[in-house]
Amino acid sequence: MKHQLDFEKPIIELQRKLEELKKHPAANDIDIKLDEEIRRIEEKIEETRKQIYSELTPWQRVQLARHPRRPYTIDYLKTVFNGFSELHGDRLYADDHAVVGGFAYLDQRKVMVMGTQKGRDTKENILRNFGSAHPEGYRKALRLMRLADKFRLPIITLIDTAGAYPGIGAEERHIAEAIAVNLREMVLLNVPIIAVVIGEGGSGGALGIGVADRVLIMENAYYSVISPEGCAAVLWKDRAAAAKAAEALKITPKDLHALGLVDGVVSEPIGGAHNDPEGAAASLKAQITLHLDEVAAFKDETRLKLRYEKYRAYGHFLEKPPVSAVEPQPLPATVI
Amino acid sequence: MATTTFVKKTLGLNKTEGTNKSPILKPESTFKKPKLGVSQSRKKDIPEGVWTKCPKCSAMLYDKELDENLKVCYHCHFHLPITARERIHSLVETCSFEEMDASMTSVDILQFTGVTSYVSKLEAYQNSTGLKDAVITGVGKLGRHRLALGVMDFTFLGGSMGSVVGEKLTRLIETATDKGLPLAIICTSGGARMYEGMFSLMQMAKTSAALAYHAKKKLPYISVLTHPTTAGVMASFATLGDLIIAEPGAMIGFAGPRVIKDTTQAELPPGFQTAEFLLDHGLIDAIVPRKELKEKLGFYLDFMSQSQSQDTAVA
Repeated sequence: MKHQLDFEKPIIELQRKLEELKKHPAANDIDIKLDEEIRRIEEKIEETRKQIYSELTPWQRVQLARHPRRPYTIDYLKTVFNGFSELHGDRLYADDHAVVGGFAYLDQRKVMVMGTQKGRDTKENILRNFGSAHPEGYRKALRLMRLADKFRLPIITLIDTAGAYPGIGAEERHIAEAIAVNLREMVLLNVPIIAVVIGEGGSGGALGIGVADRVLIMENAYYSVISPEGCAAVLWKDRAAAAKAAEALKITPKDLHALGLVDGVVSEPIGGAHNDPEGAAASLKAQITLHLDEVAAFKDETRLKLRYEKYRAYGHFLEKPPVSAVEPQPLPATVI
Repeated sequence: MATTTFVKKTLGLNKTEGTNKSPILKPESTFKKPKLGVSQSRKKDIPEGVWTKCPKCSAMLYDKELDENLKVCYHCHFHLPITARERIHSLVETCSFEEMDASMTSVDILQFTGVTSYVSKLEAYQNSTGLKDAVITGVGKLGRHRLALGVMDFTFLGGSMGSVVGEKLTRLIETATDKGLPLAIICTSGGARMYEGMFSLMQMAKTSAALAYHAKKKLPYISVLTHPTTAGVMASFATLGDLIIAEPGAMIGFAGPRVIKDTTQAELPPGFQTAEFLLDHGLIDAIVPRKELKEKLGFYLDFMSQSQSQDTAVA
C-alpha cells in the first residue's frame, strides 16, 4: 500500500495477511476454519487501529494532517457541498490555484465556500503550489467574501496549508499586507463565517482565511503558530526535534480546544479521514451545519459583537492590581 | 526570530529628559547595561560605553553624540537600533507621555518545554532590557496632536508578539478609538512569539480586529516600520496603517530571506526586503529618516485629523 506512515504499519501488516488469506481460498479449502480466521484478523485490525489512533502523539497527528491521501478542500467541495461553481481571480494580478472558492449549496442553503488546496501528484502540486497561497489567493478570498457579504451568503472556509508561500513574488506583491487586510476585513463582514482546519493549519497563511464566528478543527488536523520543524530549527537548532516542538507548541485539536483556541473538534472515523473519506465528510457536514445554524440565528450586530469579543479575549498575562483602589485610571502612569 | 547583529549601546534607558538634551556622561555602572549583541572581543580595545563602531561605515562614534543624533551614524546616516524608551523621548513632548499597562507581564501558559524554559527567557530579557515585554504603549503629545503611541523594542525577545504585546496594543487601539485619538505604532519584530503557541497567532487577529473599529471611526493610524519588521507583525497591524512609513535601510518582509532562498532555490534580487525595495514595489508611503520622523508624523496628522478636537482631555 502506498503512503503508509510508520505508526500505521501494524495495521497494514494485518491487512496484507488478510488479503493473502482471501486471495488463496482454494489452497486452503481443507481448512474449514478459514472464515473464522478472516474474522479474527478483521477484528484484530479494528482493535489495533483503535488502539493506535487513541494514543497518537502530537507529531503523529501532524503526519496524519499531512497524509497524502487525506481528503483535500476539493474533495469536501464534492462530498459536503453540492453544485459548487468555482469563481476565479483576484481582479488585480492572477488566479491563485492554491485557493479555490465559489458558490455552493450546503443542503438547501446557498453559501460561499473557499479553501486552500494541495495537489495529489507532482503535476497538480505545481499547479496548486503545494497548497501555499500567494497574495493573489488571499485577495481572491477577500473578494469572494465581500461578494458573499453583499448578497447575504454565509461564508465557509476550509484550511489546509503549510503556510503562505515564502517566495520572491509573494514578497514583491506584499503577502503580509494581503493577510493583514483579510484579518481586519473579516471581522467586519456581516454574514456568518465558519472556518474549519481540515488538515494543516499553518500559521498566518491559515489565519488569513481563518477569522470566523466559529473556528473548527478536524480530529487529525493541527493548527500552529509555526511549523514544528521551523520551531525545532529555531529553539532546538535541529529540525529533527520537530516531534518535541509539536508537543511543546500544543497544536493538537484536543489541546487547542482545551485552551479555548478552537470552538469545536470535528471527529473523524477511526483510522483517520483518509481511511474513510465519506465518513469524514458526513461528520464535517454535520458540524458545519450545526455551527452555521447557531451563528445564523444571531442578529448581524450581535454576531459581529460576539466575533470581536471572541478574538478580543485571546491571551494570558499578569497584571499587578492598581496600587490604589480609589484610582480608576489604567494603572500607575509612568511619565517620561 | 533573528537576533540583531548590531552593536548595541544603551545610555539613556533611565533618562527623564529629552534625548536632545543628552545628559552628562555618567559612569557606566549606574546603568543596567544590556549585554545583548555586544561582542566580547570588541571590548578589549575600546573603553566601555564611550565609543560605538558604526556597523556600516566602521566609523568610531562618540556615544554622547550618537545619542544626540538618535542613534544615527553622523558619518553615513546608518540607523543603529534604538530602544523603545529612547524612541518615545524622541517623539513626544517632555513629560506628556502617560504609559499604559506598564506592569503587564507574560505568563508561560503552555508551560513550554523547550531547550530553555520560557520563564527563564522572560526573566533574562527583563533583566537585560529593563523592559517588562516587547512593547511600550501610552498616550502623549506630539506637537499639538494628542496621540496614542505604541513602540516596540527588538531587544526584548526579538520584539516578538505574544499575549502581552497583543493585549497592550489592543488596549492602546481601543483607547484611541474610544477617545477619538490618532494612533501610531513604531514596529520592530521577528514575528509571533513561539513560546505562547497559538495564543501568539491570535494576537494578529486581535490587534487587526481592534484596528478595524479604529478605522471605522475614521481615525488615522500611521504604522512606522523599523529594522527589522517581519512575519506575524508584518501580517497584522504593521501593514494596516493609513500610512505605512519606513526607516531607511530597514529590513522588512514576511518570510525570512533564508527560508525564501531554501524554498525557491532562487537568487534574491539586490536590496530584497529593504525599505527602499518595498517603496519601489508600492507598499510604503514614504521613507523617513529617524531625525525627521517627529516632524513628519506631525505634518501627516495635520492632514488626517482635522476633525479631531486637539484638546480632547485625556486624564
